[in-house]
Amino acid sequence: MKRVLLILALFLAPLTAVAEEVVAGLSQNRISITTNFDGSEILVFGAVKRETAIPDGPPLHVIVAIAGPSEPVTVRKKARRLGIWVNAAEAEIDRAPSFYSVATSGPWPEVLDDVDDFLYEISIPRAVRSLGGAAERAEAREFGEALIRIRREQGLYQTQIGAVEITDETLFRTNIVLPPSLTEGAFSARIFLTRGGSVIDSFETAIPVSKVGLERFLYNLAQNQPAIYGLMSLAIAIAAGWSASAVFRYLRS
Amino acid sequence: MLIYLPIAEVSVNAFLLLGLGGMVGVLSGMFGVGGGFLMTPLLFFIGIPPPVAVATEAVQIVASSFSGVLAHLRRKTVDFRMGTVLMTGGVIGAGLGIQIFNALKAIGQVDLLVQLCYVVFLGAVGSLMFIESLRALRRSSKGGKPPPRKKHGLVHALPLKMKFRASGLYISVIPPVIVGICVGILSAIMGVGGGFIMVPAMIYLLGMPTKVVVGTSLFQIIAVTGFTAMLHATTNYTVDVVLAVLLLIGGVVGAQLGTRLGARLKAEQLRILLALMVIAVCGKLAFDLLVMPSELFSIGETGH
Repeated sequence: MKRVLLILALFLAPLTAVAEEVVAGLSQNRISITTNFDGSEILVFGAVKRETAIPDGPPLHVIVAIAGPSEPVTVRKKARRLGIWVNAAEAEIDRAPSFYSVATSGPWPEVLDDVDDFLYEISIPRAVRSLGGAAERAEAREFGEALIRIRREQGLYQTQIGAVEITDETLFRTNIVLPPSLTEGAFSARIFLTRGGSVIDSFETAIPVSKVGLERFLYNLAQNQPAIYGLMSLAIAIAAGWSASAVFRYLRS
Repeated sequence: MLIYLPIAEVSVNAFLLLGLGGMVGVLSGMFGVGGGFLMTPLLFFIGIPPPVAVATEAVQIVASSFSGVLAHLRRKTVDFRMGTVLMTGGVIGAGLGIQIFNALKAIGQVDLLVQLCYVVFLGAVGSLMFIESLRALRRSSKGGKPPPRKKHGLVHALPLKMKFRASGLYISVIPPVIVGICVGILSAIMGVGGGFIMVPAMIYLLGMPTKVVVGTSLFQIIAVTGFTAMLHATTNYTVDVVLAVLLLIGGVVGAQLGTRLGARLKAEQLRILLALMVIAVCGKLAFDLLVMPSELFSIGETGH
């Protein structure tokens, strides 16, 4: 059903959207996590390309969504058992991005209607998805909402209403803040042009986020050569501890 | 100064870690305990994922016990034979502990297990120690003699006897192996060295002389937690070397200060303070289990 709609939309898109196209750029097209990484900021900017005059009707809106790689996530719920609080129920969320930030140029129903949100999966509740039948989905809803709430508090999911500035219905820009506790993976930036709640054009680009230098070296070693990494950690720790106490002894005498 | 930990994948203030290491180091130097039982819950508290905290703490314990054992080797207060027997049990126990840890991680109950272990063991050890030291204080104020220790018990009746010359004991190897297994399991699950269980067990269950107890327990702790750290590194990939080194540097400096502070206090007073601290940590964890948490939901491991 959804796929059919999407295909239809793709076929129809060139007919309707040819009038206005989005051209966009990012201030950084890759993010490097170094040892002193304390978050980052991406400036997303662009313009609307059109051959004709600005059309009449509902105003132009822009939505910018930056997403981390999606993974299945287990969410657990605590309940009181024998007087103590333990994890008693769990649900699998089939797909949840590790990071998701969406910035819009106006309030929700005005910039995007439900049909296009469903098609393009733009708002946070749409980006976090559970598959399965209707009954399973209803049960998983509570867990999905909890996932969004927790990640919002951690700054991993953000919705910024009105954060995209549009100048003369042509130029737009916004800043997306990436938190210090970012994990690596293939991030993507999507930019949507909408009028009257419908998407008229979109642009997508990849932003690889990866550890570099010492971070990269240690992480790879821990994953690929765990025995060597373990021995190395013990050796470094013993050497550090022993030399620190040797220095202390030397200072005292 | 924020620092991104490569394995924990969180960004933490380096001075916070040095400070935590130092604080726990002062306490461990003062009381002569490893401090793992304080450090691991503190790491949970500052947002290090529990599997990383437990595995990394094992590395830190090995390193911080290392200079201690060197000092005991120089003084010849290590019973290698007893240490090896305890270690054999410890390695078996650590292997079992890792299995339990991973099985419970898969069903989402590992936090509960770790917390319950803390509450039960810290509660028991803390209250026993508190009662003991209160009695000792009362005795020393009255000036009475300590009661004589029982010389013969179960440890002498079991088969497979062995001579432990440094401890002056001729006992069965079964009790030390069992003690080793129990402490090994705890060390793998709780991310502690297990000295707080091992030392009383050596004195009261095995009847070892106090002079060799600390050196021997340090010797076996290094071997068993070293093995645990390797198991965590190779099965869970959760050892964070950057975190370990930062905690350690703070810890070593703190321990030196703590040793000097400790020298100014009386042994009984120190024991009571330590007992109160252990009970406080236990109380905090028990409180968390008993009171309804503000957030009922939690996000499980996604796995890499």
